[in-house]
Amino acid sequence: MFIGAIGCEPLQLARVNLENSRSLEVYRQHGGYEALKKVLDGMSPDDVINEVKKSVLRGRGGAGFPTGMKWSFVPKDSPKPKYVVCNADESEPGTFKDRYLMERDPHMLIEGMLIAAYALGSRAAYCYTRGEYRYLIEIMDQAIEEARSAGFVGEKIMGSDFSCEVYTHSGAGAYICGEETALLNSLEGLRGHPRMKPPFPAVAGLYGCPTVVNNVETLTAVPDIIKMGGEAYQKLGTEKSGGTKVWSVSGHVNRPGVYELPMGYDDMEKFIMEDCGGITDGKKLKAVIPGGSSVYIMPAADILGRDVKMDYEGLVAAGSMVGSGGFIVMDETVDIFESTKNLIEFYKHESCGWCTPCREGTDWLVKIFKRIARGEGRPDDAQLILDLCDNIEGKSFCPLGDAAAWPIQSAIKKFPEDFRRHLMPLVQPETTTV
Amino acid sequence: MSQQFTPNNPLPQEAKTPSQMAVFSPEVEAEIDRHLSKYPAERKRSAILPLMFIVQRERGYLDPPGVAYLADRLGVRITDIWEVATFYSMINTKPVGRYHLQVCRTLSCKILGAGRITKHCTEKLGIKPGETTADGQFSLSEVECLGSCGTAPMMQIGFDYYENLTPEKVDEIIERCRGGQVSNGVR
Repeated sequence: MFIGAIGCEPLQLARVNLENSRSLEVYRQHGGYEALKKVLDGMSPDDVINEVKKSVLRGRGGAGFPTGMKWSFVPKDSPKPKYVVCNADESEPGTFKDRYLMERDPHMLIEGMLIAAYALGSRAAYCYTRGEYRYLIEIMDQAIEEARSAGFVGEKIMGSDFSCEVYTHSGAGAYICGEETALLNSLEGLRGHPRMKPPFPAVAGLYGCPTVVNNVETLTAVPDIIKMGGEAYQKLGTEKSGGTKVWSVSGHVNRPGVYELPMGYDDMEKFIMEDCGGITDGKKLKAVIPGGSSVYIMPAADILGRDVKMDYEGLVAAGSMVGSGGFIVMDETVDIFESTKNLIEFYKHESCGWCTPCREGTDWLVKIFKRIARGEGRPDDAQLILDLCDNIEGKSFCPLGDAAAWPIQSAIKKFPEDFRRHLMPLVQPETTTV
Repeated sequence: MSQQFTPNNPLPQEAKTPSQMAVFSPEVEAEIDRHLSKYPAERKRSAILPLMFIVQRERGYLDPPGVAYLADRLGVRITDIWEVATFYSMINTKPVGRYHLQVCRTLSCKILGAGRITKHCTEKLGIKPGETTADGQFSLSEVECLGSCGTAPMMQIGFDYYENLTPEKVDEIIERCRGGQVSNGVR
């Protein structure tokens, strides 16, 4: 599997391929904890937030919300403790970048969490990692201890007045806990049900205290932003999508992997067909889901020859979204009805059961998809599915409902043939790899 | 048409009236204390998932005496423990096989042959997903995306990932399980 940068100098992946990259020694040899030093040596919390604002860093977990703005929502005069929580509950199908960032460069995440904690006036930071990534929790625990013994974590960090603890916390297998308020409930020892917003976590988050929840990739971008300055970081990308982005690529490509690209990389066809080595076995590209399973599916015709720019605006213009940056590439043998059925089964399993549209809607969708797969499809099933999606989208308590509806709606719209074939019981569907 | 409602995870009868509470060694107690120290003193409940993993490791699964212990240790009701335990897929409220083969079934793995891997496990072990072998050695499950899409298809046993799987590799892993050379995350 490939891990590295294309089209730019690696920032977040600068050290991942070095020997012993996860050790404090290697991290420090390559500029590690210099950003934290710079912050403690003479930047105020507001200076830090301003640099992050200037960087136009947008949340890399999926929503793309501007990070600096999120940080500025935390009330400065609150007498309550404030918390930084790293969202390492990476569970979006097709996404595995955070895993390699933490596995290969855990100190980069610790430094990012500490700088965020300094900016927000927090004395404790939690890293909530999905339970299946147990080995990463062990790597992080080891790195935290290493950092502590070198004076980077704990009381009076690097001799300054800033003290902060960094803790790991394990989830236990629930996709919904990647939603920030569900994550906070889970971290409080409850079922992972999302909370009503507002209040947003910045005002009332962990234990009812002001809290910022950021994705791993977001926090690991922070040390470089501080080192090079927000403006220089932004310029690596585009005006509205600053910096670089780490993409996960899986499916039918010759070179799957974790790729760091400048925001606005030009273009998606080149990326898939050249950088990722093209489609396996010389087959034709059929479809790409570019942002983890929750975004709109893109047919090859919307990618090839279309000059799709890889940033927030470019992907929206091309009919999809950046999401978590998880590319799932599918060749011509994949039946999009089957691939969509696979995903709706995922959402049904992961629906937390809290609200009716999502719980019941995903359950009914699975029932209908299974009936169609048994060869009992009816000509009006496509419309029935779309009606169900319409009753979920925008009507569920949290975005999981939207995430379940979007891939289905776009699949029916973009690949009507694949559905039609199954809705005519007399015609046998072709055999596929799915 | 009416449908009989059955809860997904019916509670075992003894869960409601625990007659005994699990006891752990001083080393395990110290480990539990370390986890509790991460959270504010009045927020002990935060440690519920990390502690459930410890109980599972020590006792094979989250059994009623383990639940009673957690309720006591965290100062919550027994029903609070069950409420949380039944939400998370990694918490086992029933015994599972010594080696729990969890094959990822989600899209990236699926299009790269996850179905073939599951089928191979089924043929090799004589159990379908959701079942355990008669000798209690193996359980088989299909699970959702484990973040290993770039090295698909894959499965997890205990806390370890087995990636870029082929039927031959699965055979080898199963043999290693039989020889006791695979970690299953349980003592």
